[in-house]
Amino acid sequence: MTLWLVIIGTCAGCYVLKLAGLSAPRRLLDHPLVRRFAMTVPVALLAALIAVQTASDGGRELVFDPARIGGVAAAAVALLLRAPFLVVLAVAAATAAGLRLLGL
Amino acid sequence: MNTSTALLPPPVRDGLGMGVAVGLSGTAFGAAAVTAGLSVPQACVLSLFAFTGASQFALVGVVAGGGGLAAGAAGALLLGARNTLYGLRLADLLHWRGPRRLLVAHGVIDETAAGAFAQPTAAWARTSFVTVFASIYLVWNLTTLLGALATERIGDTDAFGLDAMSAAVFLALVGTRLRGNRREQAVAVLGAAIALAAVPVAPPGVPVLLASAAALLVPSGAAGAVEGGGPTGPGRGGEEPTDGEART
Repeated sequence: MTLWLVIIGTCAGCYVLKLAGLSAPRRLLDHPLVRRFAMTVPVALLAALIAVQTASDGGRELVFDPARIGGVAAAAVALLLRAPFLVVLAVAAATAAGLRLLGL
Repeated sequence: MNTSTALLPPPVRDGLGMGVAVGLSGTAFGAAAVTAGLSVPQACVLSLFAFTGASQFALVGVVAGGGGLAAGAAGALLLGARNTLYGLRLADLLHWRGPRRLLVAHGVIDETAAGAFAQPTAAWARTSFVTVFASIYLVWNLTTLLGALATERIGDTDAFGLDAMSAAVFLALVGTRLRGNRREQAVAVLGAAIALAAVPVAPPGVPVLLASAAALLVPSGAAGAVEGGGPTGPGRGGEEPTDGEART
């Protein structure tokens, strides 16, 4: 139930954020701090998500899972080789699944 | 592009290509959502009404640990804030007013903005926006459903490497931005370090939020290096890199 409320709240919030941009006075974008934070914050958040998903159990425990780390590393290599988005994801999943099959 | 699409105007042709390619990753979202413990309807509602990929992935990424729901929503909204900036710029370009703007607003995301900004004329920008919005929306929602349904039937999602795939989604989303951009690389490293350091001491979801500080702590360019990460910097606006324009 709580999860539903959070989902509905997230949906509403995401829509309001989009609409606010189309409706707000444009000079807001000229403010350097607003601009710097909003344009760079996705990088910080996404990097944090990569780190947490790769090296934690989702709770308060840091974990070392060779198969998962191998999958993410393989995805990084695929990205460096400029593979398309879906290929990167497939490489990550296949590598992690393969390493687990091997018993890692 | 193949010959069957060669007759379409460029913004439509390119828009359809991008829309279908990006939209297909709804499969990954559906899979990640169900792996995290969301139901199939919950995954579909997010794709239908939140409709902004990174935020959706962030929410389910935090939920995956159980708890930290407020932190998950906050992370999703922080990521969604860049759509506000796209909207600020798109408003000038698209010139849509009144009720139509309410519908158009739902489509303000990375790909529609990037597509519209890349067009030489305002008319093409509008065509591109509508094409990308419509094609991504249809494909993204359809594949979310399929990915969620398929994953629901798989018992042990880790055996299929889906846990590594969730992290790879974020890697792919951020990867193109990091290429050749020193400041954003520093922000990424600092953000990851802050999050990992916070994992043992903070509730699930909060480490990711704390990492947003990295966006303010890393100074921007040479001017920023002198001024440090301080909150005030009059006159710095002119030297602000237009990194947002370079997104793909």
